[in-house]
Amino acid sequence: MARTLTTRFSTFALAAALGTASFAASAEETLTVVSWGGAYGAAQQKHVIDPFQKDTGNKVLFEDYTGGVAEIKAQVESGNIQWDVVDFEVIDLERACSEGLLETIPHDILPAGIDGVPADKDFIPEALASECAVGNIVWSVVFAYNEKTIGDTKAASISDFFDTSKIPGKRALRKRPQVNMEWALLADGVAPGDVYEMLSTPEGQARAFAKLDTIKQDIVWFDSWSQAPQLLNDGGAVLVQSANGRFYDAIRQEKKPFVIVWDGHVYDLDAWAIVKGSEKKDLALKFIAYATGSKPLAGMPDVAYGPTRKSSMPLADQSAAPHLPTAHLDKGMQAGSDFWADYGESLGEKFNEWLLK
Amino acid sequence: MSTLTRTEASQASSARNKKRLTAFLFVVPLLIFILLSFVAPIASMLWRSVHHPTVATLIPLTLSELQRWDGKTVPDQQTLNVFAQELHSLAKVRESGKLAEEINRASAGMSSVVKSTARKISRLDSQQLAQQGGEILLKSHRKWSRPDIWFAIQRAGKPYTYDYYLTALDLELDQEHGIQVREDTQIYLQLYSKTLSMALVITIFCALLGYPLAYYLARLPENRANLLLVLVLLPFWTSLLVRTTAWIALLQTNGVINSFLLGIGVISQPFEMLYTSFATVVAMTHILLPFMILPLYSVMRGIDPSYLRAALSLGARPIPAFARIYFPMTLPGLSAGALLVFIISVGYYITPALVGGTDGQMISNIIAFHMQRSNNWELAAALGSLLLALILLLYWLYDRFVGASNIKLG
Repeated sequence: MARTLTTRFSTFALAAALGTASFAASAEETLTVVSWGGAYGAAQQKHVIDPFQKDTGNKVLFEDYTGGVAEIKAQVESGNIQWDVVDFEVIDLERACSEGLLETIPHDILPAGIDGVPADKDFIPEALASECAVGNIVWSVVFAYNEKTIGDTKAASISDFFDTSKIPGKRALRKRPQVNMEWALLADGVAPGDVYEMLSTPEGQARAFAKLDTIKQDIVWFDSWSQAPQLLNDGGAVLVQSANGRFYDAIRQEKKPFVIVWDGHVYDLDAWAIVKGSEKKDLALKFIAYATGSKPLAGMPDVAYGPTRKSSMPLADQSAAPHLPTAHLDKGMQAGSDFWADYGESLGEKFNEWLLK
Repeated sequence: MSTLTRTEASQASSARNKKRLTAFLFVVPLLIFILLSFVAPIASMLWRSVHHPTVATLIPLTLSELQRWDGKTVPDQQTLNVFAQELHSLAKVRESGKLAEEINRASAGMSSVVKSTARKISRLDSQQLAQQGGEILLKSHRKWSRPDIWFAIQRAGKPYTYDYYLTALDLELDQEHGIQVREDTQIYLQLYSKTLSMALVITIFCALLGYPLAYYLARLPENRANLLLVLVLLPFWTSLLVRTTAWIALLQTNGVINSFLLGIGVISQPFEMLYTSFATVVAMTHILLPFMILPLYSVMRGIDPSYLRAALSLGARPIPAFARIYFPMTLPGLSAGALLVFIISVGYYITPALVGGTDGQMISNIIAFHMQRSNNWELAAALGSLLLALILLLYWLYDRFVGASNIKLG
């Protein structure tokens, strides 16, 4: 029995190896673009990838990943570059760029907006802040409740998230310090502008953990944004954290009775970048210039992510406008990519230590 | 009988060598496969956990200047000037981020200091830096005047290091006190002991559930046993994710089990079962059960039932007969199964991450964190190497007290 199982395993491994080999072969003629999948990936497929293939005649292999810089670091270090263009969370971008894992992108390749406004005026400034990438969407981490399970008192602010006497029940958070530490301080009365300064001191970190302690027994932890709408739907938690687009998709496509609370949301950008050493750098630059044009970006509000070009909004589906992070910027704060480049690892360790307590 | 002549003997031995070579050639593909996919990655992991030349290649001149440093005050102007020049040339080729990350590991918050300083001095020319680099450096951020930062840079500059093993054991090297328990965070030892105890519990549950089932199967006629064995193998061949997700559906607050218990009125409040270590143990026991049943079954099949009959007919009572005759004969299968289940569950990653919540966090999850998020592959390698060493140690203990030759997979 054991012997037949071993055979099975090695057959499987061989098949997997052959699969990778054939993938590598096909990647030679086509541009490999990597993004996040899900509803966001589908919107990119429809508004960016498909039109690009049709308009330019180039082929694109569109793949999914789960963020982070590990795969890119591995590809650059081994010199075996398989990805050309990657959709980065800006929170990871800073590190990848300064480590030399990405190509620089000259901003003069970016075309003017559809209304004739030059690119540097058309983009919001944050989108062009990095020399390694061009921002394409503004998204946000928010929390939401389900009309069916919330009870009579509805959540309205970030302090309600930490108030179990006002709103009893489980809260679902992603298992990482990012955003959760910010929320703890915001709910504790810290002004959005002071959050990162405070978090870089031991006292500020202790204060954030103390605030998280007050709801620790009521937290359900999850690992990926895709788990979040499910938790809200089946009653696993009353208040659930996720990317605003995930909730919007559940509300719009599946008609779920979810309500998004925008108070204290932490918004961030996603940006297109090119992996260092890509053999198709010219094509990749062409792709990024195309993908951040007014028209492709105008499709992103389909999944409630804000386009980074001002000229895109008039072309977009107007019903989505009130659901975009850009409509609620006054209630939120921007995620600090510099801060997390500094404290991501040490707070990650402290966060895990706190979890185990 | 005459003995073999010299030529006959050499012919025979060359024929034997030829056969050996053919046999070896058959194994070569597998050998290469194992070398490439198993030995090489492990060796490179071990190597990476002790060999870390990044800083040494980034700022070699500063490091040689630092050899003169007394370690108590700020390094002298010349050292600082050299460092400023090296940082300047690193910033020009966009490599200052690497240095920033390395120094940041030693002292959180340094990453942005290095990067902002690098940005500032990349605009100056290196002639000026050779003269006043040190002053500019000290003016750009007060942290540059802290001796512990320079101590950290000096440590990080050693290409061969055991620092990652210290961190992995919750220790640190202090400038004054030598090796001591890490001040700010202590998690890794806790995680190791938790991982081992979880693996032990899962192994015990697998043995308790798997043994009777394997016994039952082994005593059935062959055709029926094979039919039932399919029921063991079917989940074994099902995707791991599917089985884990099935447990989520069963265990969640409004899941199948809670709805059923609420429906028949046994409980009035749903149990919290998902995202606990209970969920991890249940799901992993289910997933690893076939690894226990299969070796047990094949060993039990090979045991002649007449032994037990003989014991009974010689007057032994059923329970002692089982415990003293049958059970010892199944030990090879039991130890093989237990070893498989234990070792697999020590390194398990997906299931604890999905159903475990914070309770079910294991060492593999933190290794993944350092690989994917914090980008500290060296620490991940040290943690992985320690895990490997731990398992080898347990295997050695096992071999010492039970005997590895005893293991039988079928």
